[in-house]
Amino acid sequence: MFWFFAAILVFAALRVITARNPVHAALFLVLAFCTSAGIWIQLEAEFLGIALVLVYVGAVMVLFLFVVMMLDINLERLREGFWSYLPIGAVVALLLVAEMALVLSGPYFGLDEAPRPASSPAGYSNTKELGRLLYTDYVYPFELAAVILLVAIVAAIALTLRRRKHGKYIDPAMQIKVRREDRVRIVSMPSEKGGNE
Amino acid sequence: MQFITPLWPAYPELFLLVMACVILIADLFISDDNRVFTYGLTQFTLAGCAVLTFFTGNAEPVYTFSGMFVDDLMADALKLLTCLAVITILVYARAYTAVRGMFRGEFFTLALFATLGMMVMISANHLLTLYLGLELLSLSLYAMVALQRDSVQATEAAMKYFVLGALASGMLLYGMSMLYGATGTLEITELAQLSAEGVRAQAVLVFGLVFIVAGLGFKLGAVPFHMWVPDVYQGAPTAVTLFIGSAPKFAAFAIVMRLLAQALGADALVEEWRQMLLIMAVLSLAIGNLAAIMQTNLKRMLAYSTISHMGFLLLGVLSGTIDGYGAGMFYVVVYVLMTLGAFGIILLLSRDGFEAENLDDYKGLNQRSPWHAFLMLLLMFSMAGIPPTVGFYAKLSVLQAVVQIGWWWVAVIAVVFSLIGAFYYLRIVKLMYFDAPQDPAPVTASGDVRALLTVNGLAVLVLGIAPQPLMVLCIEAVRASI
Repeated sequence: MFWFFAAILVFAALRVITARNPVHAALFLVLAFCTSAGIWIQLEAEFLGIALVLVYVGAVMVLFLFVVMMLDINLERLREGFWSYLPIGAVVALLLVAEMALVLSGPYFGLDEAPRPASSPAGYSNTKELGRLLYTDYVYPFELAAVILLVAIVAAIALTLRRRKHGKYIDPAMQIKVRREDRVRIVSMPSEKGGNE
Repeated sequence: MQFITPLWPAYPELFLLVMACVILIADLFISDDNRVFTYGLTQFTLAGCAVLTFFTGNAEPVYTFSGMFVDDLMADALKLLTCLAVITILVYARAYTAVRGMFRGEFFTLALFATLGMMVMISANHLLTLYLGLELLSLSLYAMVALQRDSVQATEAAMKYFVLGALASGMLLYGMSMLYGATGTLEITELAQLSAEGVRAQAVLVFGLVFIVAGLGFKLGAVPFHMWVPDVYQGAPTAVTLFIGSAPKFAAFAIVMRLLAQALGADALVEEWRQMLLIMAVLSLAIGNLAAIMQTNLKRMLAYSTISHMGFLLLGVLSGTIDGYGAGMFYVVVYVLMTLGAFGIILLLSRDGFEAENLDDYKGLNQRSPWHAFLMLLLMFSMAGIPPTVGFYAKLSVLQAVVQIGWWWVAVIAVVFSLIGAFYYLRIVKLMYFDAPQDPAPVTASGDVRALLTVNGLAVLVLGIAPQPLMVLCIEAVRASI
C-alpha cells in the first residue's frame, strides 16, 4: 500500500514540474497532496491527513488554480535560456542525485528502519493529543508561527497597497459634506458687444 | 498546571513583540507629518529591549518553554549588541528614508519584527525555533528590500534574495530533517548529547550536516553560495543594505554556533564540518577580495568585502576551540561595527535623488568634511586590518586560533588575501585625501547622526588600542554557552 501511494506521489510531483500547462501542473499538485495525505493516514496521523486535504487541496490549491487561470503567463519567455543552461544544470543535478543516492541507498533507509507505529488504544484522540502538545510544549514555536503570518500580512499590504493618484474612489462622507462653492465656480465675464442676438 | 516555567528569560522578546504590535496599530493614527513619533516609539522599544536583556542576563544557561529557548551569556551579549546595532541603523537611516518616502510605519514594524527574529534565532535551543526565527528575519528583510516599489533595481534584488533565501531555507530544513531521522530529537542540547555518544546512523548525520552547512553558507553569504550578496547589497535601498549587512550577522553567527559548535560539536563531527568550512573560508577570502578590486560601486565593493569577512569568521569557527569561537564572535562584533560606520557614511553623503554609492563620489571628501573623511579613514583602515585599529586585532585573534590547531598554511593564505584586500580599502583613502572633489556640495547631517558616527568611528580606534575587555567578554560568553 505504501509503495502504491509513494509511486503515485513521485509521479505526480514529477509531473508538477514537467507539465507544460500550468493548470495541469496545479492539478497534479492536488494529486500529490491527496496521496501524501493517504500516506499520513496510514501512519495513523488521521488529523494531519485530513487537514492536508482540507487546507491545501480545499483552500490553497483552489485559490492557486484561480490565480493561474487569471494570469496569462507567457511560457515562451520563461523558457528562454533554458537550453543554454541545460548542460551545466544537468551535470550538477546528476552529480547531486548520484551522491544522494549513494548515501540514501545505505542500510539506514528502508521499510525495516521505519516500522509501523504501535497501534494506539481505543478512544485515543489524535486531534486532542496534537492540540495538547501544540498549546503546551510547542506553544513558543506556535506563537512564532503566528508572528510570521502577521509579518506576511504586513509585508503583503506594504508592498501592494498604494493609493492611486487618479483613482475613482469616492468617500461618501466627503460626498455628503460637499458645498456648492466646491463644485460651482461663477465666472463673471463682460458681455460681448455686438454679438449675435 | 504551569506550562511555561520560567517566563522571565524571554522578557526582552515578549516586550519587543508586544511593542511591535502596539506600534503597528498606533502608526495607523499618526499622520505622515508626525511619523517621527513612530520613530521615537521604535527607538524606545529597542532601548527598552536592550535594558531588559541586560537585566535578565545571567551567566548560567537557563532553559524555558520546554527546552526550546535558552538564555545564556552568549545569547545575552549578542542580543544586547543586536538591539544597539538596530538603534544605530535607524538613526543613520532616518534622513535617507525620509527623503525617499520610506519613512513609514511599515519600515519600523518590519525592522522590529526582523529584530525579534534575530533574537529568537540567538536564543534558539530547538531546531524548530531556530528555523522559525530565521524565517521571521528573512521574511521581514525581503519585504524591506522591496519597500521602494518604484525602483526596478530594488524589486530585482528582493526577488533574487527571496528565491535564493527560500532555496537556502529548503536546504537547511532538509538537513534538519536528516538530523531528526538520525537522532530522533530536534533539541540542540539533546542532539549534542546523542551525537557525542555516537548514533548508529552516523552516515545520515553527516549527510544532514552537509545540507546544514550549505544552508548556513547561503545565509552567511560565503563562497560558493555568495551569488546573491553583491546584487542584493547594490539593489536594495542603502538604509536596508545597512540593515541586511550588519545586525543579522550576529544572528547568523549565533546559529552557526548553535548548530555546528553546540549540536554537532562532537569531535568526530567537528572533523567533518571543519573540512567544508575550510573550503568555504578559503574560497570566500579569495573571491571576495579579488572581486572587490574590480568594483566601482562602493555598495558592491562592500558586499564583496563582506564575503571576505565571512571567510575570516568561518576561519575562527573552524578551529573548533573555545579561543577560536571567541575570536569568531569578536570578529563578528568588529565586522558589524565597521559595517555600520561605512554604510553610515554612505547614508550621510546621500541626498534627495542622489546616491553616494560610486567610488568617484568620495573624491576629495577631506576638503568637504575633514572629520568625516577621517572617520571613513579609520573604518577603512580597520577593514583592511591595519593597526592600531580594531580590525587588525580581530584578524590577528582569528589567525592565532587557526595557528593553534597547526594550520599554518591557512593562516598564510588568509594574510596574503587580506594584503590584496588592503588595496581597495586604501584606494578609498587615496580618493578622499589626494583627489579633487567632483561634487562640491557641503556635507549636512543632523546632530545625532554626527555624534553617533563619531562614536562609531572612534570606537574602532579605541577598541583597537584596548581590545582586551571585549575579547575576554567574547571568550567568556562562548565558554559559558558551549
